[in-house]
Amino acid sequence: MAPDAGSTRDTDWDAVRLHIVTGKGGTGKTTVAAALALALAAEGRRVLLAEVEGRQGISQTFDVTPLAATEARIAHAAHGGEVFGLSVDAKAALLEYLQMYYKLGRAGGVLEKFGAIDFATTIAPGVRDVLLTGKVYEAVRRRRDHRAKGPAATPAYDAVVLDAPPTGRVVRFLNVNHEVADLAKVGPIRSQADSITAMLKSPQTAVHLVTLLEEMPVQETVDTIAELRAVGMPIGGVVVNQVREEILTREVLDAAARGAITRKDVAADLTRVHVRATDALLDGLLSEARDHAERVALERDEAKVIADLGRPTYRLPSLSEGVDANGIREMAETLMAQGMA
Amino acid sequence: MIVSVLDIDALLDDPQTRIIVCCGAGGVGKTTTAAALGLRAAESGRRVVVLTIDPARRLAQSLGLTMLDNTPRPVTDIDDASGGSLDAMMLDMKRTFDEVVEAHATPDKAEQILANPFYQAVSSSFAGTQEYMAMEKLGQLRLEADRDPDNPRWDLIVVDTPPSRSALDFLDAPKRLGSFLDGRFIRLLAAPAKAGGRAYLKVFSAGVNIVTKTLTKVLGGQMLTDVQTFVAALDTMFGGFRKRADHTYALLSDRTTTFIVVAAPERDALREASFFVDRLDEEQMPLAGLVVNRMYRVSAPGLSAARALGAAEELGDEDSSNSSGVGSSVASGRTAITQGLLRMHAVQAEIAARHESLAKRFIAGHPDIPVVEVPAASGDIHDLVGLRAVGKALAGH
Repeated sequence: MAPDAGSTRDTDWDAVRLHIVTGKGGTGKTTVAAALALALAAEGRRVLLAEVEGRQGISQTFDVTPLAATEARIAHAAHGGEVFGLSVDAKAALLEYLQMYYKLGRAGGVLEKFGAIDFATTIAPGVRDVLLTGKVYEAVRRRRDHRAKGPAATPAYDAVVLDAPPTGRVVRFLNVNHEVADLAKVGPIRSQADSITAMLKSPQTAVHLVTLLEEMPVQETVDTIAELRAVGMPIGGVVVNQVREEILTREVLDAAARGAITRKDVAADLTRVHVRATDALLDGLLSEARDHAERVALERDEAKVIADLGRPTYRLPSLSEGVDANGIREMAETLMAQGMA
Repeated sequence: MIVSVLDIDALLDDPQTRIIVCCGAGGVGKTTTAAALGLRAAESGRRVVVLTIDPARRLAQSLGLTMLDNTPRPVTDIDDASGGSLDAMMLDMKRTFDEVVEAHATPDKAEQILANPFYQAVSSSFAGTQEYMAMEKLGQLRLEADRDPDNPRWDLIVVDTPPSRSALDFLDAPKRLGSFLDGRFIRLLAAPAKAGGRAYLKVFSAGVNIVTKTLTKVLGGQMLTDVQTFVAALDTMFGGFRKRADHTYALLSDRTTTFIVVAAPERDALREASFFVDRLDEEQMPLAGLVVNRMYRVSAPGLSAARALGAAEELGDEDSSNSSGVGSSVASGRTAITQGLLRMHAVQAEIAARHESLAKRFIAGHPDIPVVEVPAASGDIHDLVGLRAVGKALAGH
């Protein structure tokens, strides 16, 4: 039996049931979403990890068969928890939606024949995003026992983690229901869009941002937080991914930056341990040190920009072996230790 | 292994190269690559325009793109000794869409479309529109370039593709637009506004009733009306739209166009690059090659990671045995510097080796694709000096 989620651990996001993870392309948002899902699933909880861009990033991350439009268990978390995976498909979501709300048996087929389904899911801009967010909304609200009603009924999932579109598109994606509500003044689309918007903007939701300590991802993080704030979306934490281990002390970095490392001392040390201290090697090492110092200084500046955002911040170390299923578990533990889950 | 090298300078110098499309996953440095290619071509004497979609703020500033006005502006401070020029622009998709409407519809029709709430949503905020409009803008730039064949304003267009769901969306945009315009669904939507449409639809009347009823039920009557007015208004300009979409698609497969796929030495980015390369091949689109960006390189390649770590440990052992005796703290501080350098080198050598092996794996899987590797810069690139350096690296120097 799943223990009560709130009582076991004190995390930064106890009230949140929908965790939306975004970040600039290349920052590792899918792996962070996967790690967060594993972390949230610890201690017997059920977590859904959903992707919406059909990239199969989740199945590749966990090294399982490609996800379909139906939910499947993809990983066991610590102490009996489970993570389910879903690749939300707009077409399946539309047919399911029509069936669920309008009991459209035959009409669904006719709509398909007339190209209306394709129109809605691939061509008509925006509808696709409405369907994708709609499916996520449905998963968050679903009850384990579908007959159970009211706030006390056990939800199907203790938490849902959405591997959302990257920062450049995420606000438009999440706010699409609001845009639709502007178009549809009345009617079922309107009320559906309003409910989705209400949930996305409630304290049940948090949008987390993944970044690297580089200028462009940090800038996009700052910009996206401002955009999210402007449309009233709840902002979650900032996950700094691929943080490099500090190898050189501040003194050595300063010396390297100033070109003040004494060449002949290094040469003498190298010779003592039988490394041939050629000019090329010495030049190489010193120039690597200079580049490294420059990079570390840039990273410090970016870390300061992130600190100034005043959001809960989590740091994930760079995994030298690359990210595989074990790496994800390591990341999940780090997130738990830092209180994200 | 036979590796063919992507010769960027030969590509840029060839007057037959009129369009270069840079594509690849998000975050791999497409925009920077496009800008660097444009600058290098311009400084070697070509008249270049770079179309960027969503540049980082400081990169945009370096190109003089402080205004988002949808018009190419000259980039100053380039070296124009060879007689070249560089213009740059940032895509404004709403403005581009509006211009298409204005160009293809009568003034009062245009006004009606621009005021339609469905149109406003479609043109400004919905995903997918950006791809259509990037293609449209490319077509426009090419028309403008060809206006005076004796004295073309530009002889090379470099395009940076939108940060799409997948890099393939860009390729699919014109076709999707075409199938949308051809689809019976669009005719059905437009039908109530056209008598001819009704006659055509009679054949399907039973199905049509179900479809319209369902749509009314789902969308609500008012939204359906907005959509219908929009589609009906667009109907008059379908021909123009369609022709443009077909034309742009033809332009992409033309031999004066070439694609450059950009990737970072990461598993996901290279996988995306593989998809793209295969897809271009399937569509018989001209692919120049792959740029593997941000390859980590060490400056002391002669020293392996393992050897460096071993040496660092040995220095550590020596240090601890010394400190129990008479070793001065100054000497051990110095040793600490060397130890640090060796450890730092080991970490960097490992990253470099990982990048190398990922790139090798791609090359092994695509032996015919020319590749060029661009080393990682230690800082971010946001000025012409930085772009020039990237251009040099792209050219293999």
